[in-house]
Amino acid sequence: MNMTEKTKGAKTAGTNALEYDPQYILQVKDLKKYFPIKGGLISRTVGHVKAVDGVTFNLKRGTTMGLVGESGCGKTTTGRVILRLSGEKTGGQVLFNGQEIYDLSHEQLRHLRTKMQIIFQDPFSSLSPRLPVGEIIGEAVREHHLVPKEEFNDYIDRVMDNCGLQPFHKDRYPHEFSGGQRQRICIARALALNPEFVVCDEPVSALDVSIQAQIINLLKDLQEQHKLTYLFISHDLSVVEHISDTVGVMYLGNLVEYGSTEDIFRNPLHPYTKALFSAIPVPDPHAKMNRIVLEGSIPSPANPPAGCKFHTRCANCMEICKHEAPVQKEIEPGHYVVCHLYDDAKDLSEEKTESTETAAADADVKKDE
Amino acid sequence: MAKKHSEGYLSGKESRRISKENRKITSQLEKQHKRKNVPESEYLTQMHDPNNAVEFDNLHSYFFTDAGTVKAVDGVTFDVPIGKTVGVVGESGCGKSVTSLSLMQLLQRPQGQIVEGEIRLNLGDKAYDITKVPTERMQTLRGNYMSMIFQEPMTSLNPVFRIGAQVDEVIALHDKEGLSKEDIKARTVKLLEMVGIANSEGVYRMYPHELSGGMRQRVMIAMALACSPRVIIADEPTTALDVTIQAQILDLLRNLKDKINSSIMLITHDLGVIAEMADYVVVMYAGRVVEKGTADEIFSNPSHPYTIGLMASKPVVGKKVDKLYSIPGKVPNPINMPNYCYFKDRCEMCVKGCEGEYPHEISLSPTHKVSCYRYYDRKAGE
Repeated sequence: MNMTEKTKGAKTAGTNALEYDPQYILQVKDLKKYFPIKGGLISRTVGHVKAVDGVTFNLKRGTTMGLVGESGCGKTTTGRVILRLSGEKTGGQVLFNGQEIYDLSHEQLRHLRTKMQIIFQDPFSSLSPRLPVGEIIGEAVREHHLVPKEEFNDYIDRVMDNCGLQPFHKDRYPHEFSGGQRQRICIARALALNPEFVVCDEPVSALDVSIQAQIINLLKDLQEQHKLTYLFISHDLSVVEHISDTVGVMYLGNLVEYGSTEDIFRNPLHPYTKALFSAIPVPDPHAKMNRIVLEGSIPSPANPPAGCKFHTRCANCMEICKHEAPVQKEIEPGHYVVCHLYDDAKDLSEEKTESTETAAADADVKKDE
Repeated sequence: MAKKHSEGYLSGKESRRISKENRKITSQLEKQHKRKNVPESEYLTQMHDPNNAVEFDNLHSYFFTDAGTVKAVDGVTFDVPIGKTVGVVGESGCGKSVTSLSLMQLLQRPQGQIVEGEIRLNLGDKAYDITKVPTERMQTLRGNYMSMIFQEPMTSLNPVFRIGAQVDEVIALHDKEGLSKEDIKARTVKLLEMVGIANSEGVYRMYPHELSGGMRQRVMIAMALACSPRVIIADEPTTALDVTIQAQILDLLRNLKDKINSSIMLITHDLGVIAEMADYVVVMYAGRVVEKGTADEIFSNPSHPYTIGLMASKPVVGKKVDKLYSIPGKVPNPINMPNYCYFKDRCEMCVKGCEGEYPHEISLSPTHKVSCYRYYDRKAGE
């Protein structure tokens, strides 16, 4: 612990470094992850796929953040980079409980892994076909010596029971289960380590509607019981709206809009978010659709357009969008957007420093009274 | 430990006996299909309503597996009217895809066989019973009269051929006018343009891996539309795609349908897509139709408990609920189907009659039909 604090101190000496705020379990700033493209005879790096290119958000303890966007926009990579699962990052900071996870040594990271877990997208390929379910769930528990040997079996039974699995399932193999049951195994595997933070990478998109409801309810119940924090990655907006407290919208590696679920669904600001939301099919044949159909498809992340990355498909494209990248602005409290349309709008975050000071002063006055 | 003779256990001897019997049945059916020079009169039939493009009538498609007979489709009856879209909804494994594959005669043979029922296809001046059409004749029906957009655009295109070659092949095979190579290419390029591919000349020379999911799905649609079929079967055309691309593809399908006045059979489990596209809805459960009607009727007055459960379990944007409804239990084993209502074990609205055999169809309105005991007295009252 001591050492990590030292390293953290050294790193945060930089100008724009993040300050640890205890209400947030996860603070991400300017996160970047480029994958090199190898080419030519001696496989030189000829370019980069900018999978994640500047993602900034904070995640409060015990809440769920939904991450939505088209496929190929970097949602999954963001989830993996946050957990340090895909090598080194290219830039930016990830503070987990105030600790920069990319500064940790291998051994320290291993200990931290029990606190952050992931549920993978495809329950059909993310379970080893050669291990019985009890072993899949218990392997990490044993590795990390979380429970004494004599309590091990009871502990696994308890975890499985929590996730709606029967004790006799322990000796079965993954192929004997249906999709929904397998997803329960994946969830049990992640929760067996008693994590604080779980990345759910499209946990329900491979499942049927009725099974989806079961798994979503399970995730919500477990969150209440264990005070979990979720990063919920999905392209199904109705599911995201149901489960999340805050929502981030990604486009081509950028987080274009971010705010509380209510704000975002009530008042989407970014043109991409508007188009995305207008495309949600509503199960009502009488509903009037004012659909904004986006032309074309997502540009290549290896060679993103200059300026705002969305300008090639944007209905409100202006001259400035073509050469200048917009910056993140806080339009409503807690509602951030990256778009030139709101250049003239007041940026709440800049004023915040002043307002908090005055608020503090007000509070003092009140106290005196 | 697992019990030795637990449910679903089969001894080797038993399994061998089953497969021997299966071979007997399937080889006989196969012989029927493979006959050459069958007179047309054998499979000519009459449409019950000339305004329908396809009529499924008591269709039974079974799979003869070594573990027993799987009744994937077990008595399905519904119509696809000309120029309309029929949505088919249900869980995976409920027989949606098998129904459509039966229409195309693309069931995995010899195990998969249509054992009973009729599928009447309207060819304009005459009608064929697809279940009796021999394999060699099917070739001229597929593509020209009906075609299918497959589920996964990622795996349904051949990775080693260029897009152009794959679409050309379809046109060349089904063309009766003797088009030259240049004509075929021109037609392919026009088709690619029609489905909204801007750089159609360029895409003509590309390989599938160079295209995104949405583009590949467009190519699949172009292939399906190559010969202006009367019936288009779209098997989960947008499941693998994002909402924005989904919106594009649905718009495209709707416009094309109007352009060539064909019928669409849309298979999906997304109720939102159904509500938007379909004129008629068919809800399937465990190989049978449990409810059918116009989209209005199904969405404003869902009657079968399964339909009601399905509607409640889908979160809807703008509607806050604390807990999603989930249908308890799971689908019964397709090899040993119960002899009572298949949904009874999961149903929370059971009535007295549910103990009896599988309920027959009750008409709630001329178009709205449901198979459930809850509506039996209503019929008596009418």
